[in-house]
Amino acid sequence: MALPPELGRQDRLEPTEGEKTVNLDQRIQSAKDNWKAEQEGDDVRVYVGSATCGLAAGARGILNQLPGILADLNIEAQIVPVGCIGMCFAEPLVDIQEPGKPRVSYRNVSSEVLPSILEGQLKNGGPPKEWVFGTLGEGHYGELGRLEEMAVLAPQRRIALRNCGWIDPTLLDHYLARDGYVGLQRALGMKPEEVIQEVVDSGLRGRGGGGFPTGLKWSFCRKAKGDQKYLICNADEGDPGAFMDRSVLEGDPHAVLEGMAIAAYAIGASVAYIYIRAEYPLAVQRLLHAMDQMREIGVLGKDLLGSGFDLEIKIKQGAGAFVCGEETALIASIEGQRGMPRPRPPFPANQGLFGKPSNVNNVETLGNVASILREGSKWYSGFGTTESPGTKTFALTGKVNNPGLIEVPMGITLREVVYGVGGGVLDGRPFKAAQTGGPSGGCLPEQFLDMPIEYASLAKAGSIMGSGGLVIMDDLTCTVDIARYFLTFTQNESCGKCTPCRVGTKEMLTILERICDGKGQEGDIELLEELGDSIKKASLCGLGQTAPNPTLTTIKYFREEYEAHIRDHTCPGQTCKALLPVDSEATLVHTGLIRMTADRCDACGKCVEACAVAHSESKDPELAMNEDPLPRPRVRLQPVRGVTVPTSCRHCEAAACVLVCPTGAMAKTGQGGPVLCDDDVCIGCSACVIACPYGVPEAYLEGEKITKCDLCIDRLDKGGIPACVEACPTTCLEWVKR
Amino acid sequence: MAEVTLTIDGQSVKADEGMTILEAANAVGIHIPTLCWDPDLVPYGGCRLCIVQVEGLRGLPPSCTTQVADGMVVITENEEILTTRRLVVRLQLADHPVDCLNCRGNLDCGLQKLSRGLGIYGHGLPPTGREGTQDDSNAVFVRDMSKCVLCARCVRTCHEIVGVGAIELVGRGLGTEPAPFLAKDIRSSSCESCGECVVHCPTGALTFVNPHPVPATEANTVCPFCGTGCGITLGARNGKVVSARGNRDSPVNKGVLCVKGRFGSFEYVNHEDRLTTPMIRKAGELVEASWDEALELVATKLKAVKPSEFGAFTSAKVANEDNYLLQKFTRAVMKTNNIDHCARL
Repeated sequence: MALPPELGRQDRLEPTEGEKTVNLDQRIQSAKDNWKAEQEGDDVRVYVGSATCGLAAGARGILNQLPGILADLNIEAQIVPVGCIGMCFAEPLVDIQEPGKPRVSYRNVSSEVLPSILEGQLKNGGPPKEWVFGTLGEGHYGELGRLEEMAVLAPQRRIALRNCGWIDPTLLDHYLARDGYVGLQRALGMKPEEVIQEVVDSGLRGRGGGGFPTGLKWSFCRKAKGDQKYLICNADEGDPGAFMDRSVLEGDPHAVLEGMAIAAYAIGASVAYIYIRAEYPLAVQRLLHAMDQMREIGVLGKDLLGSGFDLEIKIKQGAGAFVCGEETALIASIEGQRGMPRPRPPFPANQGLFGKPSNVNNVETLGNVASILREGSKWYSGFGTTESPGTKTFALTGKVNNPGLIEVPMGITLREVVYGVGGGVLDGRPFKAAQTGGPSGGCLPEQFLDMPIEYASLAKAGSIMGSGGLVIMDDLTCTVDIARYFLTFTQNESCGKCTPCRVGTKEMLTILERICDGKGQEGDIELLEELGDSIKKASLCGLGQTAPNPTLTTIKYFREEYEAHIRDHTCPGQTCKALLPVDSEATLVHTGLIRMTADRCDACGKCVEACAVAHSESKDPELAMNEDPLPRPRVRLQPVRGVTVPTSCRHCEAAACVLVCPTGAMAKTGQGGPVLCDDDVCIGCSACVIACPYGVPEAYLEGEKITKCDLCIDRLDKGGIPACVEACPTTCLEWVKR
Repeated sequence: MAEVTLTIDGQSVKADEGMTILEAANAVGIHIPTLCWDPDLVPYGGCRLCIVQVEGLRGLPPSCTTQVADGMVVITENEEILTTRRLVVRLQLADHPVDCLNCRGNLDCGLQKLSRGLGIYGHGLPPTGREGTQDDSNAVFVRDMSKCVLCARCVRTCHEIVGVGAIELVGRGLGTEPAPFLAKDIRSSSCESCGECVVHCPTGALTFVNPHPVPATEANTVCPFCGTGCGITLGARNGKVVSARGNRDSPVNKGVLCVKGRFGSFEYVNHEDRLTTPMIRKAGELVEASWDEALELVATKLKAVKPSEFGAFTSAKVANEDNYLLQKFTRAVMKTNNIDHCARL
């Protein structure tokens, strides 16, 4: 039995007393006046993109240093932290707005270049062009290009993201100034059925993946009988690489909350839940803050805007299960049960949360609702296609020049997205495929570049819209490997309830793994198709029903690649390691590794001593002590989590030190061989010292040269083993032949 | 309750509203294979074996959770359904140890029956090699989770029938399995060892430490261990009681037993120390006596005591009716209120 709602966990239950009656119209007007004053005032404004993505790219440092830098330059400016504008490739983004001029946006700003940017634009009479990205907003700034006219923004239409990056998400006035809560005000003046009709007319379809008409879904719940109804906002964004919902919640929390209030009013729910990933702490914080502000102006709590309609919103944080994005599993999770899907029917609209009629809507869907109510259904259905009106956000990632968050009208072609908004394939390589819909979607090849992106066409091509993951692949991507990657994810995230998903995805994964490993067998492709077909038909929920999609579509469109793996033992995408051609010049001379077993180390230091002696002139322990320079050990004893262990070079396959070395002194000697530093070529720049994740290379001779483990290559040549291994008395270090 | 008419495999079938397709089909003798379905439990829809085709519904809905509707047209078996069912069983087999002859569930195994019923000999898939938790910490049953088919009947039994909830599914993906709190061993959980989960397990994943031999004859009786009065079916072989199981027809327990009824209810029957006649102490020695003789002696002695000298204790192990009679006897016949009961605390 489900717990009654009052016993379920509640993250916050605000007191509803002490609410002030505020005239919303007056408040909006004053917010607009303030906004105008801000925009047209005499203040210089510096905007810093401070959503999680921006912070991760370094915006935190910029925000911390900005006041100091401004003070040093004697510039007076307002600092405005804003949400994500979606251009991940350009983060951290800093915009400077002078009075009466459009915002000048600077890309990939670091705290080193920040002073010169500020000084350039505000003191020396012109934005330093080398850092300028473009201008944002109305009007021109000299000859600088307008971002809105550039390929990256021109095809985009922002409805769900309309405020992201424009307003400070913590300020209610900013939201109100952009016609915030006008939609709710209008909705509360209508009958619930009229609100539903408005949404039906707009043609809005569920943006979480299914694409079910939102208005229709609401009407089912409206008609269902029940003393209590619930609205649930699904913010359990779990697709790998997807961050649309997070950006909206962090950059414009009020838009989602307003949409929720409208939806709750339409279906007659007095309690609404936001089911959000616990991995989105900033979004949770923004939501809680925004909910406090909603109470201030009377759009949350009792009697919203005097309409007699009550609404409480509760936040429920999910513990991180992909399947909880499925509505019935999400409902089970809110009820405090294990997040496992339930068979439908009964549909949640009739029997959902705690057995009561419920609606589960995605963040982006709700993010569109306020705009629809504010501007009208006609306005909304003017975007996109007849079948799929409106816009859709995508998290554009993979081998593309401009990865980021985009919002484009439905019906745009893949080509416009990849080559327009995305700026083309990385390094000018040929486009190979695009994965839409994340791990549940399909892989679409070049022939679909000119296909309009909308629900029906994607389904016809064997893929889905999904929540909006969009991964671009170039010719150096192995589609078998991609299928294996996505299946690894879905297999791990299967809840285990139904057999086809639990065991079937594992079986498919095992077969894909052996194909990638060069051990594929004749008949494997057919077996994958058979498994995939049955899993799709027989699985309980959307996770299992779509899990085979990446595999089935890659087989459909790239069958020859699978065949190459199995029959020719080659990987056309040059990705699967076991199938890469062995470089004939890079012969496998030293096929061995030093294996270290941490709990066997007594920290005796014999390895360190032996290493130093082995790298001395004399190779004699007595004489080595008097050499100049003193021979240096390449292995050292290092405390790691409470135990001391010998640490030396791992001789990585794709070694960071080799990648950064500007002179080519640091080099890998063939596949499986040691990474060696050529002293004659090394200039002692120490790039490798910085790059090595294990802290192995050390600079010596006052920074002129680098020492690192050479796997005792001279001893190996003579048929010996590394000195440290030979000296180790406890078998902590062992020589393992490959 | 309203009656609906639907078509199953071309046959017109009448069913009550609210019934599932599976129930309606079973009622007219149409067999649909199942694994996670159990008549005692709420439908779960996990094993995907009872899938059918319903006109107008997408895909292959499970018949155990899909309710009948008037005019519904159902197909329970065709090539597509059979292929999918076979694949589901093949997947189960690929995830199952090949150890039938050493398994306590052998010949009483849902998976074996399904394989035979669907004509599957060899699954032709890479074995998953899942190891599964082994737990022999309980004195009366063994858990071998490598043989678990994840039908969750044990979990549901523990929650829905027993009401203890000692186990729940934990983990995700292939690693999902029923486990006690914090995946500790079952002995350190709230399990009451009633063995109800073992009875509902379709495979050898849950088995009794000492499985009962197959009885030659069975007889219905009432469990003697407490006053609840559960119906119990005892089985005998060579004149000795060898097995006990819950009587599903009993209105009291509907087939459910507790640890005492299931594991301890019959061992004393043929025990050498068991009293089979009243005993009377004569000259310091207990001597066998007839009931008439014994009751006569008790009556004589009771007549001799004053009410204040008499007191009676009664027990929760006897039925309510017996407890009532003893207090009536104490108050009405012995004229005293000195009556007490072990469950009074």
